[in-house]
Amino acid sequence: MSLPAFEYRRPARLDEALAILSSDPDARPLAGGQTLIPALKQRLQRPSILVDLQAIPELQGFEVTDSHVTIGAMTPHAVTAWDDRIAAAIPALSHLARGIAHSQVRHLGTMGGSVANNDPAADYPAALVGLGAMVETTGRTIAADDFFLGLFTTALEPGELILRIRFPIPARAGYHKFANIASGYVTTGAFVSDGPAGLRVAVNGAGPCVFRQTDAETRLARDFSPAALDGFAQPDAGLNNDLHASAAYRAQLVAVAIRRALAMALGHRTETP
Amino acid sequence: MIDITMTVNGIRESHRVDDRTLLVDFIRDHCRLTGTNIGCDTTQCGCCTLHVNGRAVKSCTMLAAQAEGAEVTTIEGLGQPGALHPMQEAFRRHHALQCGYCTSGMIMQGVDIVRRARAGDDRTIREELEGNICRCTGYQAIVEAIAEVAATDPASCGGPR
Repeated sequence: MSLPAFEYRRPARLDEALAILSSDPDARPLAGGQTLIPALKQRLQRPSILVDLQAIPELQGFEVTDSHVTIGAMTPHAVTAWDDRIAAAIPALSHLARGIAHSQVRHLGTMGGSVANNDPAADYPAALVGLGAMVETTGRTIAADDFFLGLFTTALEPGELILRIRFPIPARAGYHKFANIASGYVTTGAFVSDGPAGLRVAVNGAGPCVFRQTDAETRLARDFSPAALDGFAQPDAGLNNDLHASAAYRAQLVAVAIRRALAMALGHRTETP
Repeated sequence: MIDITMTVNGIRESHRVDDRTLLVDFIRDHCRLTGTNIGCDTTQCGCCTLHVNGRAVKSCTMLAAQAEGAEVTTIEGLGQPGALHPMQEAFRRHHALQCGYCTSGMIMQGVDIVRRARAGDDRTIREELEGNICRCTGYQAIVEAIAEVAATDPASCGGPR
C-alpha cells in the first residue's frame, strides 16, 4: 500500500523544525510514526511535508530525580517500559508502557507522539492525567488536566511541539486496562494515584477523551481502600458506544478497572494487561 | 525524490527513492532482499519484522527515510544456507514453520526477544510474540525454538551470556 506523496525532512535543530512547520499549514511533525504511517495509508491525513523529529536533541532522553520523572517527547515506549530507574520511580508508568501495542511498536512509538495524538483508546493520556503531569512545549507548560480537550484534540497550537513530559513521583499508583483483544487498544482503563498532585483517578478508553472520575477520587481521598468503592458506579451517559463495547458495558468496566488499578497501587496482585 | 543511504547486512545501500517509500519496499525493491515479507501491511502480522540499529521493528510501518544512516539487519544477514544462525537452526529442528510466510519475521523477532532477555518462560515468550501472527503452527513449536536458543546460546542473539 503506497502512501500519499509528501516531502520528508529531518532537521537537526529545533528552530529549523519549527520554521518548516510554520512555513506550510499542511506540514506535520513525525515522531515514531506508529499511528501516523497507518493513518497515511488510509488517507486519513495528507500532509505536504513530514518533519521527522528524531534528530532534535531537546526531545531526547529522560531524567529521574527524587521528585520527578521527566521524559523527552521522542523517548520510545520501550525505554519508559524497561528502564530500571523509571520503573523504580513510577512502577505504574512502566507497567502501562509495557502494555502498549506490542514490542516492535514500542521500539518506535514515542510518548510525545501518543500524547499529541490523544487517541481516546491510547494509554499515556491516563498516566498524564492520573499522575498530574506537566506537558512542556516549545511555548509553555500545560497541566495535563488542561491539555486533553476532546476526541483527538489537545491544547497544542499549530506549530507547537511537545518537548518533554514531567511526572511528579507518587507515593503509590496503579493502572489497569481492558484491551481490545485483537488491537491491544484500550477499551476502558483507569489510572489511580496518590501523591503530590493529590488523589487522582483518570479514566481512558471509555469516553471520547480521558477524564477524571471525581466520585471515585472523593471516595478514595477519604479512604484509599477497596471498601471505599463499595456502591460506586460510573454513569454511562456520554461514554463511547461502538462495535467493541456498549456504553453500559464500558461503564461497568470503569468500576472494575478502578478497583484493579487501586489493587495495584496497594501492592496487591493484579493481572498483567 | 530523496537519496537514502543505510547499511543493510553490513553492506552500504544507497538509492534514490520517493520520499514516501516504506522501509520494507526499500529493502525488497531497491536492495533486492525479498526474505522480508509483506503480510498485512497494517502493523499487525509481523511478517516484515527486521532490525534497525539492533531493535526489531515493523518495516511496513517505518519510512525508508527514517532509517537513513541506520544499521539494518534482515533475515539474509542473520545466516545463510549451510551456515544457519542458531535461531534458524532451532526453528528447523523444532518444525517451527509450515508455509514459511511469517518465518523470517518470527526469527527476527525471536532473536530480539532473546537479546532483551524476555525468553525466560513460555508465557513471556508468547507475550513478546503478540505482534507476530502465524496461521499454520499454533505457535507451540515457535515458542520452543526461541526458548531453546535462550537457554543454550543467548549470546548468538546479542543477549546476556
